[in-house]
Amino acid sequence: MKFGVIIFPGSNCDHDAYWTIQQVARQSATFLWHESQDLENCDAIIVPGGFAYGDYLRTGAIAKFSPVMESVKKFAEGGGLVLGICNGFQILCESALLPGALMRNVGLKYVCKPVHVRVENDDTPFTQACRQGEVLSIPIGHMEGNYFCDDSTLAQLRREQRIVFRYATPAGEITPEANPNGSLDNIAGISSAGRNVLGMMPHPERASEAELGCVEGFKIFQSLVGSMATR
Amino acid sequence: MPAYAIAPELIQEHGLTPDEYEKIKRLLGGRGPTLTELGIFSVMWSEHCSYKSSRVHLQRLPTRSRRVVQGPGENAGIIDIGDGWACAFKIESHNHPSFVEPFQGAATGVGGILRDIFTMGARPVAIMDSLRFGPIQGKSPTELGSAGQPGAAVLTQAEVHKNHSLLEGVVSGIASYGNCFGVPNLGGETKFEPCYSNNPLVNAFALGLVRRDQIFYAKAAGEANPVIYVGSKTGRDGIHGATMASEEFSEASEGKRPNVQVGDPFLEKLLLEACLEAMQTGAVVGIQDMGAAGLTCSSCEMGARGHVGIEIELDRVPQRETAMTPYEIMLSESQERMLLVAQKGREQEVLRVFQKWGLDAVEVGRVTLDGKMRVLEHGKVVAEIPNQALTDDAPVYKRPVQRWEPPVPREMPENIGLAGAGDLTADLKRLLGSANICGKRWIWQQYDSMVQTNTVEGPGAGDAGVIRIKGSQRGLAMALDGNGRWCYLDPRLGAMHAVAEAARKVACSGATPVAATNCLNFGNPEKPNIMWQFSQVIDGMTKACEELEVPITGGNVSFYNETLGEGIYPTPVLGVVGILENVRKAGQMGFREPGRAIVLLRGGEPADITDVESEFGSSEYAKEILGSVWGYPPELELEKEAGLQKALVEIIAGGLVDSAHHCSEGGIAVALAESAFPTEVGAKVNLLSRGLPTVFVLFGEDASRAVLSCDLSNLLRIQQVAVKYCLSAEHIGETVPEKMEIQLDGRVVVSAGVGELLDVYEGALERALRTEPVAAAN
Repeated sequence: MKFGVIIFPGSNCDHDAYWTIQQVARQSATFLWHESQDLENCDAIIVPGGFAYGDYLRTGAIAKFSPVMESVKKFAEGGGLVLGICNGFQILCESALLPGALMRNVGLKYVCKPVHVRVENDDTPFTQACRQGEVLSIPIGHMEGNYFCDDSTLAQLRREQRIVFRYATPAGEITPEANPNGSLDNIAGISSAGRNVLGMMPHPERASEAELGCVEGFKIFQSLVGSMATR
Repeated sequence: MPAYAIAPELIQEHGLTPDEYEKIKRLLGGRGPTLTELGIFSVMWSEHCSYKSSRVHLQRLPTRSRRVVQGPGENAGIIDIGDGWACAFKIESHNHPSFVEPFQGAATGVGGILRDIFTMGARPVAIMDSLRFGPIQGKSPTELGSAGQPGAAVLTQAEVHKNHSLLEGVVSGIASYGNCFGVPNLGGETKFEPCYSNNPLVNAFALGLVRRDQIFYAKAAGEANPVIYVGSKTGRDGIHGATMASEEFSEASEGKRPNVQVGDPFLEKLLLEACLEAMQTGAVVGIQDMGAAGLTCSSCEMGARGHVGIEIELDRVPQRETAMTPYEIMLSESQERMLLVAQKGREQEVLRVFQKWGLDAVEVGRVTLDGKMRVLEHGKVVAEIPNQALTDDAPVYKRPVQRWEPPVPREMPENIGLAGAGDLTADLKRLLGSANICGKRWIWQQYDSMVQTNTVEGPGAGDAGVIRIKGSQRGLAMALDGNGRWCYLDPRLGAMHAVAEAARKVACSGATPVAATNCLNFGNPEKPNIMWQFSQVIDGMTKACEELEVPITGGNVSFYNETLGEGIYPTPVLGVVGILENVRKAGQMGFREPGRAIVLLRGGEPADITDVESEFGSSEYAKEILGSVWGYPPELELEKEAGLQKALVEIIAGGLVDSAHHCSEGGIAVALAESAFPTEVGAKVNLLSRGLPTVFVLFGEDASRAVLSCDLSNLLRIQQVAVKYCLSAEHIGETVPEKMEIQLDGRVVVSAGVGELLDVYEGALERALRTEPVAAAN
């Protein structure tokens, strides 16, 4: 299995994702430079967190025009696995690989803290190692994580079971208090209709090693590796 | 060069004295300077760049140990941390810019210290901040009664509002820069005192990792080697920033806003990656960031360190504004710029890297052998100054020193009685909700503390920030500390405490403290009293750093922290770095579970009731609850302190404890509460008064103490370690579910639910910021 981790000039979680794939999941990984269209025959693509091109404009608004994203779009349309984390989620929405948008947090401030998310759909390549309804503790760190989409899109996401993670209490209840950024319907992560693209605001790579205090995020990587083996 | 008539007013405007002007003429071989040269001298000889008032004192600090690879004098200090790794770290102030423009001032403070680290080839892996503001809580009318003392000055509603906005601006500035750059912020400390109302302190610390054999220095070498300018274009921002930081503030300071630079963290991130990649080519000879005094400082310092000259053609300098004069280009403090010297013939390798990252990189000059800084515009020389004249030959002042007594009583005021204790549970709550002690989550939650996936203990998790080193068993711990009020009461003792407490926090994480960096924030050095405070602080720091074996490897001095003649408390801030042999064994601050033994580890005992009364006046309790400040800071026996720290490291490495937390502001009662908060496991303890007042036993701030929790079966082994270091390890109680109960001589004096205390502690800062201050009647 070969993972490609995209590097935009302002990516800052690129090395974290790379480390997790290589050192924790023990899979091969390669960096993909934003100016190149060559995805180097990777089996899955990670669009990592950070500030792609500074994000002084709307987050991800410039990244969607990058050469590498053109290839990622084609790759995704062909059923390739794409995981967007944090800024990666924002970029996937801007690139129209996922619906909706991520607005500024309701508190108007950057928030970095561990949160709990409930797995709403365990039948995706990103969650197959989880149980339906399982609660995972994974940290967030973002200024724009407030997910929004129109009513018909939300209805469609629900109907097609594309809401993959929702912010929840440790006991798994979906409450306004458990929502750290004002996201619509407590949405923390959604998938594409084909289930092969996932965007999520929490950082699973920050919760993949016991040394860092939490390993529940690793299930996302485990799922990916498992699903790639059976594809 | 055209002779330029320099009027005396112009010399004065440049912050230079007539004597200094005469010295400039001497150093230029008898001729007067051009306007550009005058500007260059004025910034390089400013207090900020030249350390002219502090240098004679700083020489006393210990700066060496077997671990120190680079001491003061470079962009950052470097220590050897084993496994082929070294770490570069430093703390620096950005006080003046942050007062004028809090967001950009604080942001560029972070940017500046990060550049100091990666200039040396080290990738920044952690930052922390030490912040000081004026009060953010309005006093209620009943509390106003005790005004008149420094701890209880009356503030207007407007002042409290201003302090709120300074805090908000500074915190978002730090967050915005660090988060985008992608370096975890491990917290730090934030304190509030009236003296910082018009003089907030923003001290930023950064630490980076570099392979021991890949360190870069800010040294030029090699005749005709190209001098390359990289990064952001030069604009008119920040001209004379260093000079601004070298004078007191007045009402006119608002007009200095254009002197504050604007930060671009994205560009700095590009600069980081590009510089580290360029260094890997092997074609870089030396490199320095352009911080204070911009192009001027970087070129003359690199030349001076390498005993060579540097010649620059200004036409080649990338500029973002038109018609900039040589004076403006040389003095601009535009951010995110670096100057590097490359090997002749290999410049293309370097330029290619910068091109890849989309950065300007232009050859602007070359290295010469004449030891001069020569600046040309359209091929004509506009400044030609020996580098030594700007650096080593800068004025050094042995400014007059005069002993000073703070205007507070040294003995406990008669109207204060410690004997009749009131509701101590209520007192504990008030302390936990006071600005200095309360939880600072509102601040650090705005910082990305986890990026780079190395954070083992982020803000709020332990006494120190702890990171792992990927590919090594080892970890690094770091902590900042400074107690301005204690330095105000006794600068020498206060400084010793700052060193001791920063190192103690590091030891509580299980790491051995090995080196330190200092940020020295003071008032106007031209006042003999201020210089006395400074000298005393250096003496105290020297002694403590020697005894605790933490040499100072660099830092920064910030003078002129005065507004309208009103100075701040002398505020030295220490950053101590420690090494954890096994990062998996890092000490935690919070109790783990109920049913564990609680142990008070301490060096020394309070002497007698007279000492207690005079020491209690420097405590948070005296300030917050009694509304008064008097006396002296607590005594500190450095030998006991050193023993305590060694014992902590040994006990934690031996896996003997669940938790370790240092005891400081608010005494043992607050330390117990703070140990209970992370897991909401409570405590039931019995303390012995030994004839001392109850409030002192609970809230007194005796040094050299830590609260531990452990399995009862480990108690004996802990006590054996304690005996070895001449400490006492007293079994004072047990952890229990959800409740905090403190007894004194068997009588319950504090009883509350942990949740109830936690609400006060966690919510206080945000409540203060959201509450309209109760105004004093003016």
